[in-house]
Amino acid sequence: MSTAITDSVTMFTRQTRRLSRYPELTVIVLAVPLVFLLLFVFVFGGTLGAGLSAGATGDRSDYTNYVMPGILLMTISLVAAGTSTGVTQDMTTGIMARFRTLSISPGSVLTGHALASVLQSLISLAVVIVVGLIIGFRPEAGLLGWLGTLALLLGLSLAIAWLAVAGGLIARSVETASNFSAPLTVLPFLGSGFVPTDSMPGPLAGFAENQPFTPIMDTLRALMLGTDLGAGTAAVAAGWCVVLTAIGYAWSRRVYARPRRA
Amino acid sequence: MTVPPVPSAPRTGRPGELAIDVRNLCKKFGDHTVLDGIDLAVPRGTVFALLGPNGAGKTTTVNILSTLLAPDSGTVRIAGHDLAAEPARVRAAIGVTGQFAAIDDLLTGSENLVLMGRLHHLDRAETRRRSETLLAQFGLTEVGGKLPTTYSGGMRRRLDLAMGLMGRPDVVFLDEPTTGLDPRSRREMWDVVRELVAGGVTVLLTTQYLEEADQLADRIALLDGGRIVAQGTEAELKRLIPGGRITLRFADAQALGRAELLLDHTAARPEELSLDVVGPADVPQVRSLLNLLDSERIPVDDIVLHTPDLDDVFLALTGRPQNDRKQEASR
Repeated sequence: MSTAITDSVTMFTRQTRRLSRYPELTVIVLAVPLVFLLLFVFVFGGTLGAGLSAGATGDRSDYTNYVMPGILLMTISLVAAGTSTGVTQDMTTGIMARFRTLSISPGSVLTGHALASVLQSLISLAVVIVVGLIIGFRPEAGLLGWLGTLALLLGLSLAIAWLAVAGGLIARSVETASNFSAPLTVLPFLGSGFVPTDSMPGPLAGFAENQPFTPIMDTLRALMLGTDLGAGTAAVAAGWCVVLTAIGYAWSRRVYARPRRA
Repeated sequence: MTVPPVPSAPRTGRPGELAIDVRNLCKKFGDHTVLDGIDLAVPRGTVFALLGPNGAGKTTTVNILSTLLAPDSGTVRIAGHDLAAEPARVRAAIGVTGQFAAIDDLLTGSENLVLMGRLHHLDRAETRRRSETLLAQFGLTEVGGKLPTTYSGGMRRRLDLAMGLMGRPDVVFLDEPTTGLDPRSRREMWDVVRELVAGGVTVLLTTQYLEEADQLADRIALLDGGRIVAQGTEAELKRLIPGGRITLRFADAQALGRAELLLDHTAARPEELSLDVVGPADVPQVRSLLNLLDSERIPVDDIVLHTPDLDDVFLALTGRPQNDRKQEASR
């Protein structure tokens, strides 16, 4: 067990050093959610804000508050694309094969990637939140609300990171490594990320209400804005994080252990 | 690279014990048989070369011996440990350098070595000491602080090999260590391998180059289509085929005709005005041939010696030249 921790720390250190040597990756990863944030707040925000909820009329600042969780999830998904690419790179350059011939804890290579991905997510999320605050995001969370927000973002980052590791392991080339995360980037749109789900037509609303990102975004919104949070929604959100982490972890370990040709 | 070799840890096990002991190794990918009953016996502290064309099964063999791939059948013992029963002990005893430099291009040369030291659970001081020694031994001290993207092909290979040596392996696998290197880098790599063996390490290398096997290996196995077609020292392998020949070329047909009458064991090629004398292609034979021709005043235009090389051995044993099978390119 102790070598599992030592080896994972070694691999995590390697990954963080790689990220610091290649800051362009973090910049590219951040560009997309920031562009979407600006686009949705300044281009669509005025109109979308007016239609947020039946009856009450909202404006651009209401929409800024509404759209933030969706943008945060998009940020995590884009970090995941970079994580998958890094894992695939390790496979194609042969360094993964080298690690597999070492007497180290078998999961440590993957754990290093996953944890570094979580760190990168947290940094990127912080940047996006700061930009949000500058352009009018007005959270009303207290300390507990922020702790809850942090915990949920951490949980989702870990879940997506492990899925990204598995996606990187099964990709055949660096070019296709990020394919798996493309649907994740779209999921906030097909949920409560940008417009309320009750404005969508029947079958789509059904999907939007039941996909994992919707309860997570709803919970984040409630936590950050200090609004009423259904206890059930928060539990479902946390449950999805646990389930997705378990799936991603088991899948990654399985693919990693699978013998390959050469 | 005139730095003393890295001192080696004391080798465990009895002297004379086999470092690599492979019996009846078989591997199929789908319907395609890649290894068809390989036996290898490599004594400690020796260099063993697996020589064969692309697709012969060299890389598959290395991948199995280095625990990357499970065999379909057969037994493998490395440094005294059974591969199937104790893969972790085998991993602790080996160092692997693959066909393509498996290094982290975003870490400096020195950081790559330190990473390997950590993964071998060496302490900080030992990691630093050993990485500095290896950088010096492989002529990389000056570039140790730079990223490998700035290295030449030969430097990348040397760094790759150095990474495989951080854990002081007993057995080192080198899969085509010089493929794609220029002649000078190749010779430097050979020097490095020789130093390694001088330190008591056992080396199994694969190569497509006859000269490389010739230069480095104590014993050579010729691998073809997943089978070992011959195994032995270079001299033993060359004894498997008939000796060499000396080709004499003459200025005109008349000289050629007289020489043919004078000499034994000849095969004439009139259209080239040349004559092959089958037999040893060495200095005494050349001297006696020339003396004989001189005494009869038959002038010789040109003389070419053919000593049998491993290519001839390969040709004799498989019925085709060694590098004549590009269609089974490596995966």
